[in-house]
Amino acid sequence: MNAPPSLPPPNYRREIQRYKIQISITVILSLLFLIFMIGNPDVFLRYDIYRAFMSTMPFFGIMALSATFVVTLGEIDLSFPSVLGFSSWVFGTTYVATNSFLLSLVVCLLIGTFAGLVNGLLVARVGIPSIVATIGTMFLWRGLVNMAAQGKGIALVSLKESWMHSIFAGRLFDELPTQFIALVVIALILGFIYSRHQFGSHVLFVGDNQDSAKMMGIRVEIIKIYCFMQLGFFAALSGVFLTCEVTYFWPTQGGGMLLTTLAAVFIGGTSVFGGKGTIYGSFVGILIIGSLEAGIVAIGLTGFYVQFLYGLLITVSVSLYAVLLRRTV
Amino acid sequence: MNTQQPLLILKNISKSFGKVHVLRDINLEISSNEIVALVGDNGAGKSTLIKIIMGVHHPTRGELWYKGEHIQLHSVRRSRELGIEAVYQERALADQQSLWRNIFAGREIVNAFGVLDIKAQKKETERLLRDHMGFTSTAMSGDSEIKSLSGGEKQGVAIARALYFNADLIILDEPTMGLSLKETKKALEFIMDIRRQEKSAIFIDHNIFHVYDVADRFVILDRGSIAADYQKRELTQEQLVDKMLQLATTGSLDE
Repeated sequence: MNAPPSLPPPNYRREIQRYKIQISITVILSLLFLIFMIGNPDVFLRYDIYRAFMSTMPFFGIMALSATFVVTLGEIDLSFPSVLGFSSWVFGTTYVATNSFLLSLVVCLLIGTFAGLVNGLLVARVGIPSIVATIGTMFLWRGLVNMAAQGKGIALVSLKESWMHSIFAGRLFDELPTQFIALVVIALILGFIYSRHQFGSHVLFVGDNQDSAKMMGIRVEIIKIYCFMQLGFFAALSGVFLTCEVTYFWPTQGGGMLLTTLAAVFIGGTSVFGGKGTIYGSFVGILIIGSLEAGIVAIGLTGFYVQFLYGLLITVSVSLYAVLLRRTV
Repeated sequence: MNTQQPLLILKNISKSFGKVHVLRDINLEISSNEIVALVGDNGAGKSTLIKIIMGVHHPTRGELWYKGEHIQLHSVRRSRELGIEAVYQERALADQQSLWRNIFAGREIVNAFGVLDIKAQKKETERLLRDHMGFTSTAMSGDSEIKSLSGGEKQGVAIARALYFNADLIILDEPTMGLSLKETKKALEFIMDIRRQEKSAIFIDHNIFHVYDVADRFVILDRGSIAADYQKRELTQEQLVDKMLQLATTGSLDE
């Protein structure tokens, strides 16, 4: 632990040391796209595939950015895909009833935030471990969608008549999906809060050492509740983006997003033990997870390879981080 | 009347947990710029006493006066506002976080929107490292993580943090527990820095040899009461050890 006194290492080395996780994941992303480009230059040297990526990544990506806060706390949330499903139903139903995009949006976001509040209270106040509490609410919200929708979807083509639709699922200059712009803006805002705002500092501290956070006067319970609330909010928001893109609500909406979303967070280097992570890492994790499936098919492998390669990538990257972090101690 | 008012006065403090009387009529005054060691066997009530001072426990009977003010409705938060700060070994630091995040944890330098002034926090941290902790090595910076520090250095960070936030009374619970000889020396130096800053400290330590070097005064607790209260000039280290032994074997300090 105590290095013998020697010449101080040059500063750039310390910087590399400090950002090694971010550097590693950036290298992994670059290698992956290099393989894609060599494997199928026809597809990967043209804009079309990137437009497709940019239109689909935000649906789970926004939640991955937001979930980074919950994971940094050392907690987990398994319910956000169900929250997305239920709040989408609320959005669709309200829109059908009132024809007001704005009202539907507000109600939907309130429901999502409320669902997050419930998770937060169960974890921070009632004291249920988050993995258990959110298994409960995962079934609860999905069950509510099933009961409410009776298995039926809602056609929402008329959403396109609202000017707000072009904000949520428009194409800037006919090319750039607006939901991707939203993803980048949300990443910048959350990244700022994570590393440069008091709230982020408290999240890191609580995740690292809850007892010491309490002793330092940090309101641990409130911080936890806020973290779950914002994830509920962003799950609902993702639901609006998704519903607007496909102009249809279906009751299984959000299903299948759980593990890819969390995989993006973990590939991004956020520690499951809490106290360590970056929004930048999660963002690159989103780019990797979001492009893998299409990339694998494009380079000539069948869809059967997708899960295997997901697994390989996750295992290798997470092992790499474990080794990198151990070497500093 | 004293020209200098005591910093902390405990008047007839008693504490029972159910039928167990842990403390009985404790009367104690702590002056400004005084390092007081609280010694005594396990179960003598040392920890309970400092927890009452910290506001963790409430006394069953008795009064607490701080800077001439009668403290009612005592709590940990209130005691910190008053300038009483506890330093618990390691437990109050977050291992994976940088020094600058640890020093300012819960008391960040922020603007009206809660945005951190990282530059100011780093600058103040580096200043604390240099001025209070004597770190000159460039291998250590405000960006260093706590886990790269040794046990004594961690203790130093916790003490420096308390001093930075103008605590007048610092309470140390077993500051040398689990430290190597060299690290213990470092930790004790940090405690002496408390006196150089003209602040007061109460500390609990089992090792009389550590205690004797650093403290100005020794308060010996025995089964919930103060058995003896000596100024350092009144007795030598050997005499203190003898007193402790006598108390442990005969249960009394009477000759």
